[in-house]
Amino acid sequence: MSANAVPLDSAAPLEPPVPTKKPVKTTGLHIGAAEPGCAKVDPILVVDNVRRTFGGLTAVDVAHVEVPRGAITALIGPNGAGKTTLFNLLTGFDKPDDGKWTFDGRSLAGVPAYRVARMGQIRTFQLTKALGLLTVMDNMLLGAKGQTGENMFRALMPFLWRNEEEENRAKALDLLTRFKLDTKKDDYAASLSGGQRKLLEMARALMSDPTLVMLDEPMAGVNPALTQSLLDHILNLKAQGMSVLFVEHDMHMVRHIADWVIVMAEGKVVAEGDPHEVMQNPAVIDAYLGSHHDEDIGEDPAAETEHVSAIKELLDDER
Amino acid sequence: MDWGAIFGNAAVELISPTTAAYALAALGLAVHFGYTGLLNFGQAGFMALGAYGYAISILTFGFPVWGAFLVGVGASVVFALILGIPTLRLRADYLAIVTIAAAEIVRLLFTTNTFASVTGSANGLSGYKNEFAALNPLADGTYGFGPFTNNAYDTWLRIVAWSIVIIAALLVWQIMRSPWGRVIKGIREDEDAVRALGKNVYAYKMQSLIFGGVLGTIAGMIFALPRAVVPSNYQTTLTFFIYAILLLGGAATVLGPIIGSMIFWVLLSFFSGFIARAVEAGWLPFMTGIQGGQLSFILVGAAIMAIVIFRPQGIFGNKKELAFVR
Ligand SMILES: Nc1ncnc2c1ncn2[C@@H]1O[C@H](COP(=O)(O)OP(=O)(O)O)[C@@H](O)[C@H]1O
Ligand SMILES: [Mg+2]
Repeated sequence: MSANAVPLDSAAPLEPPVPTKKPVKTTGLHIGAAEPGCAKVDPILVVDNVRRTFGGLTAVDVAHVEVPRGAITALIGPNGAGKTTLFNLLTGFDKPDDGKWTFDGRSLAGVPAYRVARMGQIRTFQLTKALGLLTVMDNMLLGAKGQTGENMFRALMPFLWRNEEEENRAKALDLLTRFKLDTKKDDYAASLSGGQRKLLEMARALMSDPTLVMLDEPMAGVNPALTQSLLDHILNLKAQGMSVLFVEHDMHMVRHIADWVIVMAEGKVVAEGDPHEVMQNPAVIDAYLGSHHDEDIGEDPAAETEHVSAIKELLDDER
Repeated sequence: MDWGAIFGNAAVELISPTTAAYALAALGLAVHFGYTGLLNFGQAGFMALGAYGYAISILTFGFPVWGAFLVGVGASVVFALILGIPTLRLRADYLAIVTIAAAEIVRLLFTTNTFASVTGSANGLSGYKNEFAALNPLADGTYGFGPFTNNAYDTWLRIVAWSIVIIAALLVWQIMRSPWGRVIKGIREDEDAVRALGKNVYAYKMQSLIFGGVLGTIAGMIFALPRAVVPSNYQTTLTFFIYAILLLGGAATVLGPIIGSMIFWVLLSFFSGFIARAVEAGWLPFMTGIQGGQLSFILVGAAIMAIVIFRPQGIFGNKKELAFVR
């Protein structure tokens, strides 16, 4: 995890990451009881009967779920619950066996990944995908939408896109400054630490002014010092009017910044709710402990302790 | 031993049309492999389409030079589409397999007796040079100096060939520093990341395949002008020589393919000149002249290996980039 760490990251405090400002929670997101698949007042993403199997294994089988607009929604669940697979399906990187879903009222089933991104639903990856042999600045510029110079023939006529490029460059520099990467702008992305790459991937996603940002484990492998600023950045997204859906294992973080929590286990949505209430839901504790019990003897001990500590955190917090 | 002749003949290769043709084909591969990460092992096929497209258009259809040129380019665009449509959505290695096979199919189609009246079968085609020579504005006579002295036709051919190489190099240089080039290089690094940023990766890969392929096709035409079009010239070994040139010069560079081609041909000419004379002089009693020709390729291979070992990024490649290649 810390193989990529640079000294910058390592002077980290050991207390749990807490945003520097007290986050303002958005409430009143749902209609009726907070149960799996409950309706939202203003959903941005609506998923219906999306199923994906790998051979005999059903990785995702979501009957119905709605993601609220203008809020931070956490998608949690034990390893192998199908969170990443669901992300891949919703963003066009994978095709479901069947099912449909809409983003901002538009159906996305069968829409290729690049069009999904252009519509304003931007994702990041669990395994960071910084473009190593591009500079940090080029990584950022790649994120900008609708560039004239990205057309092969217009690319040969720089006067057509020079101004646009300068504007994008200024915007990128602004974002990089916010993410404290501006001093690295001319370095290859490959030279960044793991945490800085996560920041870069997030900053790059913001170049396109998305409406829904989907972050797959934004904190995984990030040193606590950077976790702090990542939390602030995610809260900022909401402040700027974006909706956020993120996968996270760290319960402290979920509790502190999420307005809504969706819990997945074995491909299904098993619980939903406000972050404090959902953690009292027996289905959630079952999901974690259940998966713990179900695992074969060959289970990875690291994952096991992760689940157990997650549960401890849940229970601690609600006491 | 006539060292003057050995060095003189080697120097001739520095600006020969063949060197220009290899440089242009390698520039096409730089677009494919160096910048986009596409494994095209069928550059010889693109070159064959250029050579045959040009020769057949003139010999069989009586097209003017520009018409024959466009036929060759059109054929390579179609070829790139046929190669790309089924494979560019798949993993990178599929393109490698399909291009190597398709280039062989192209060569065998030009070799088969079935179309002998048009393709000349294994004997190939010749006699298509008059149209190009007719465009020559230079008066008869000799031009140049020392080993670079040529008659009017050969001078004209060198001017055209190297002008095309320079224009192509400027085009590649400009397009690779544009936003289009940025997307292309992003695809080389991680195409899913680029897709997630809203770029139509498939379309970009197709454009790159066509662009580099057309450069290869024009290279095939230049290659054909100083000689006859013979199918056996377009074997897979041709593609591998061009890869050697590309890696020698630096894969993601503009000057690399050009200088790489010059080094390749100068070395090849030097070694073959040297060995041929060494065999003649009885220095290598265990060798025939034919074996000597093969030995010169071995020596070029060893020289290229040495350069690649001591400068793995190629002559013009960026050392810093390589530091991150795991
Ligand atoms: N490409 C794949 N092929 C086969 N099985 C897969 C594939 N991707 C995911 N799975 C399986 O689907 C299940 C869900 O995986 P994933 O979505 O990665 O879970 P999570 O992100 O919640 O940890 C796991 O059992 C995993 O092994
Ligand atoms: Mg996952």
